[in-house]
Amino acid sequence: MAVRPGQHGLEEPRTMRIALLADIHGNREALEAVLRALPSHRIDGLAILGDVVGYGPDPAFCVERVASLVEAGAMIVLGNHDAAIEGDASDMNRIAREAIEWTRTQLDPGHAALIRTWPETRRLGDALFVHASARAPRAWEYITGPGEAERSLRATDAAITLVGHVHQPCLWRLTGLGVAIAHEPLPGAEIPLSRHFPWLGVVGAVGQPRDGQTAAGYAILDLKRRTLLFGRVGYDHYTTVRKLRESGLPEPLAVRLLRGR
Amino acid sequence: MGRMQLETGSTIEGFLIGRKIHQGGMAEIWEVTHPDHAIPLVMKIPLILDGDDPTMIVGFEQEQMILPRLSGPHVPRCIALGDFSAQPFIVMERLAGESLLPRFKAAPLTASEVLATGAAIAKALVSLHGQDVVHLDIKPSNIMFRPTGEAVFIDFGLSRHLRLPDLLAEEFRVPMGTAPYIAPEQVLKIREEPRSDLFALGAMLYALATGERPFGNPKHTTKALLRRMYEAPTPPRVLRPDIPSWLQEIILRCLEVKPDRRYASAAQLAFELNHPEHVTLTDRATREKTHWLRNLMSGRLLPPQAPPLSRLGAYRHASQAPILMAAVDLSPEGEPLAGILRETVSRLLVTAPESRLACVNVLRTARIGLDTLVDDDGTSLHVRRLVELKHWAADMRLPPERLTFHVLEHSDPAQAMLDFARNNAVDHMIVGARGSGGVRRYMGSVSTSLVAEAPCSVTVVRNRLALPGESDTRFTEAGA
Repeated sequence: MAVRPGQHGLEEPRTMRIALLADIHGNREALEAVLRALPSHRIDGLAILGDVVGYGPDPAFCVERVASLVEAGAMIVLGNHDAAIEGDASDMNRIAREAIEWTRTQLDPGHAALIRTWPETRRLGDALFVHASARAPRAWEYITGPGEAERSLRATDAAITLVGHVHQPCLWRLTGLGVAIAHEPLPGAEIPLSRHFPWLGVVGAVGQPRDGQTAAGYAILDLKRRTLLFGRVGYDHYTTVRKLRESGLPEPLAVRLLRGR
Repeated sequence: MGRMQLETGSTIEGFLIGRKIHQGGMAEIWEVTHPDHAIPLVMKIPLILDGDDPTMIVGFEQEQMILPRLSGPHVPRCIALGDFSAQPFIVMERLAGESLLPRFKAAPLTASEVLATGAAIAKALVSLHGQDVVHLDIKPSNIMFRPTGEAVFIDFGLSRHLRLPDLLAEEFRVPMGTAPYIAPEQVLKIREEPRSDLFALGAMLYALATGERPFGNPKHTTKALLRRMYEAPTPPRVLRPDIPSWLQEIILRCLEVKPDRRYASAAQLAFELNHPEHVTLTDRATREKTHWLRNLMSGRLLPPQAPPLSRLGAYRHASQAPILMAAVDLSPEGEPLAGILRETVSRLLVTAPESRLACVNVLRTARIGLDTLVDDDGTSLHVRRLVELKHWAADMRLPPERLTFHVLEHSDPAQAMLDFARNNAVDHMIVGARGSGGVRRYMGSVSTSLVAEAPCSVTVVRNRLALPGESDTRFTEAGA
């Protein structure tokens, strides 16, 4: 099968097998576990889908680690927690806001300057990377139902949109009848993405899963074979929880990591 | 999306096109050859009626997605796929046998022919469902038989892979399936229920046994197809009184409106088709007419409220309804162990309420020469073993439809049990082992052979060995 560049692609994809990391949220242990799991997937690219900071106890480490990945060629888009470091956190809930206020104390102007360079969206061939939704990226809309999924799918000409933000993996397809329907992906299954439909992959969170499992989530997008795989890897979340409690971050954030919801 | 006109003698991606052998409503089948492939091949290409309408081609694409992921003798081997950007096609093994259609046209068949045909198809369904695929269009023209007898499913255009997104979901306004065979839940657009295939198989068995279709050949509209939810089919024995009551039982159980009332899995249906003498007869077996009140009671008037299973539940379903096999040693020295075996089996049965249990004992025969299989007082040894086996199981108080008893006569007990497990798609074998040391370990025992060669999981049950300093408890009858 010949490889065809995306019809509307702004850049012709040189990388073909891309690891997708969303919602790292200052969780060093989870990030390191996912990065350790990636070589077995023989990837040649990396995309960070936003929210590198917020909630977790190691924001500075995560910004620095991600920045070095970006320097080495990884793509990155801005998340709402990243944007709140120098922006407005008033529309966040109390716990998220408290976490942002604490996170600001952990970052120096150098970190903030790095975050400032992160774009809202990235395009690679047929694929669009954005933190929350292709419709108004800065509105940070959660894709939790068919209505939100349909709005995002209709807002872009990209054949495949990849987002994070929801912290629960899901795969949406815009059907011929014009509605979005969900597929609950199973970890480890390589899912073929038909060229006849637009797809929207919601990648599970690296650093704060909310689907009842504590394991860190990620995904592997293969643009050549047109497949998407949702992966999970366990990490030492007890260490993260201990650090989180020692740092004085709100207790519900620790409970979340322990329960995976 | 243009399409090349296929011509005999032309070549597509290395495949030399031969003659067209089938023209269907959705696709054409052509003979092809390729220098790298020695086996006879066919190429299936979709008829794209409207190039801009994705609904016309998703079925073909779904088949392209599913077929290469399937393996085993019950599906055609997939050789190559052609991309939609050029010429979409599927190249697969050309099957030598014929479809079920000729046998179907010869219906009514004898009960034993219906049984053999049904058992072959049920066995193929066990393999398909085990690979997380529900066919959803089981009908005579979609089933081939290899010269060696295995049933082979073809045409996966309406099928569902339970681990992959369903490209056909929400694509069609009318239910997808074939009117005489489609299951009620499929009419309601539920496409993740493996037992939908059991309904279609039941409709086919009905037609093979009686020569008539259970629901006629209704128009393909949701309204016409929904009639089968409240109108029960005429009991087969009313049409043909010579049909055995166990066959009516099997057919009507497959045709239950609610999937929960059908067989729990294809393997359990196959088990009954292979052991008709063990079919537990209910009122289905003797039903002589359809009754509106019974229809009401059986839920025929009430549509199922929710999908019977969650998507995640559906593909786990077969493993939730396992066939367990207890290898029971009835000898006097095996008695304490038989008690422990029964306790272990009872615990397993509780964890899987839809499981069924086959209790198996081997009556050892001499390799050469005739045995006297009759006791001194003239009682058949076979019958005596059967009575003992039933006595062994009585304490478990299982309903009869979950339980069968089998006394096998064989010179090699391990071989007899392995054959039984293979032929009946047993999921889990539970066997006792008398001690673990010395001679047995090195000379081999029945349980070691089973562990080494069984086609399924094996649990070995043992009388707990004494720990050092515990020697005085060694010979207590634990668990008895």
